Amino acid sequence: MDVKQVAELARIRLTDEEAAEIGPQMESIIGYVESMNALDTADIPPTAHPHDAAMPLRPDVVSNTNRRDELLAGAPLAESGLFVVPKVIEGQ
Amino acid sequence: MAFTTLEELAKHLNDGEATAAELSTAYLERIAAHNETLNAFVHIDAETTLAQARASDSHRAKHGPRPLEGLPIAVKDIFCTTGMPTTCCSNILKGFNAAYDAHVISRLREAGAVFLGKTNMDEFAMGSSNETSAFGPARNPWDVERTPGGSSGGSAAAVAADLAPAALGTDTGGSIRQPAGLTGTVGLKPTYGRVSRRGIIAFASSLDQAGPMTRSVRDTALLASVLCGHDAGDATSVADAPVIDWLQAAGRLDLYGLKIGRPREYFVDGMHPEVRQRVEEALQRCADLGAEIVDISLPHTQYAVAAYYVIAPSEASANLARYDGVRYGVRCDNPSDLADMYTRSRDEGFGSEVKRRILTGTFALSSGYYDAYYKKAQQVRTLLRRDFDDAFAKVDVIATPTSPTPAFKLGEKIDDPLTMYLNDIFTIAVNLAGLPGLSQPCGMADGLPVGLQWIAPAWREDTILGAAHAFEAATDWHRQTPEGYS
Repeated sequence: MDVKQVAELARIRLTDEEAAEIGPQMESIIGYVESMNALDTADIPPTAHPHDAAMPLRPDVVSNTNRRDELLAGAPLAESGLFVVPKVIEGQ
Repeated sequence: MAFTTLEELAKHLNDGEATAAELSTAYLERIAAHNETLNAFVHIDAETTLAQARASDSHRAKHGPRPLEGLPIAVKDIFCTTGMPTTCCSNILKGFNAAYDAHVISRLREAGAVFLGKTNMDEFAMGSSNETSAFGPARNPWDVERTPGGSSGGSAAAVAADLAPAALGTDTGGSIRQPAGLTGTVGLKPTYGRVSRRGIIAFASSLDQAGPMTRSVRDTALLASVLCGHDAGDATSVADAPVIDWLQAAGRLDLYGLKIGRPREYFVDGMHPEVRQRVEEALQRCADLGAEIVDISLPHTQYAVAAYYVIAPSEASANLARYDGVRYGVRCDNPSDLADMYTRSRDEGFGSEVKRRILTGTFALSSGYYDAYYKKAQQVRTLLRRDFDDAFAKVDVIATPTSPTPAFKLGEKIDDPLTMYLNDIFTIAVNLAGLPGLSQPCGMADGLPVGLQWIAPAWREDTILGAAHAFEAATDWHRQTPEGYS
């Protein structure tokens, strides 16, 4: 397993030391998980939800009030009612 | 007054022998005296707590008492709470203040409860020993060198040492039941869908449930009666869940007519011999109370941990994608660009167990591996559900040990994630099948509490509470308290 590549997919920077520690631990976890392969599950349907419940519907009515400023208050950086992030578009 | 149940405290309040303000003051004093040792609470704000208590006293004077009027309750740091910080014991949420209350917090407020503070937990509820907390581990009042269990370790330690008469926990793979078992307290994980997950910081959305942690079965029933109920704000909260009378169920005194399943896969070599003995003795006690003990098999049990460590990390990797340094929480200093901001904020903000789980989940869901891991685990989940369906065709309820050993030492397992995961071998299948489960104390091993776990069919918490109450009424394990906290 290329743990650095997995970390890139998960958007987590891993230092070389972290990768050296976490890599073997994940190999051991995945190795254990593979014990499931002893079971023949070809005809077994997967369970995604414990009760097979249908997604319920509710009336489509506005329930949220405008709380922009309260919600922005927790942001690391906000300005003029917007979240501020590093520049993402190249050039002028 | 120490080690009084919610039920008894409510009586004191109703009889005018104490006010909510006096009660909260007494608990805040106990917290001040013992929290430095136990590290059970991570956020305490005496002024806020006392203001709530005084508001409760004035509500009582004007309108009479609500179901939990003036009763102090500790809250795991995973529940969003206005007026108190919510960090999930992670550095990535340092300083976060939720803009709204979790649904269950609103329910408790409306019932008149007073919040004593936020309790310690494993970071994002990922852990079985409370050692992955950014605040350091909570400690077990029965032996402070040992873990109180996890992830709801702070709640368990607080209730076991009576720094709170009751607490809220959450349970994704055993995080209420295992710490309850290791601290000699009572903890209930309700049926998936009974309790709204809205405002509870998500770990694994198809497994997470919140529930009470108390020192008596009736107190658990009392809190559950307030916590459970439909919430249109959570699509997995079940609208037509069967209604039960929680307190009536928790009044049973004998077990005539009850068939208790004893699954052979939960009494295995390698478990602590005294744990096994205490649970066997508990089953004998239940037989004396009139129950019929039936040997059963849950043949896929040995695969539960494997399926769980695909499903839970996969769901976690999706849920924790939201911590991106943009909308809340912590952002790294001086990001050079957007990718640097994401990857460095998440590296600096998450602890190693959380990273390990996000990476395991990301791997299991990644292109080319999905069928071999995620789909396979979901198929095994079906087999585990069928095991329980077959068992419940023969018995009303299942009894097992909660954990294979009593509380282990802090530091003993933290460097070996897989050994730590196997500690949850008896609790995990219940979450995968969406069933209710409860742990209650049933004796001591090496001077440490042993947990007895009850498992019932979906929606049959009443069966569990009846069996657990009859056992509790016939024994005094729930009245044992650790030394030094009287």
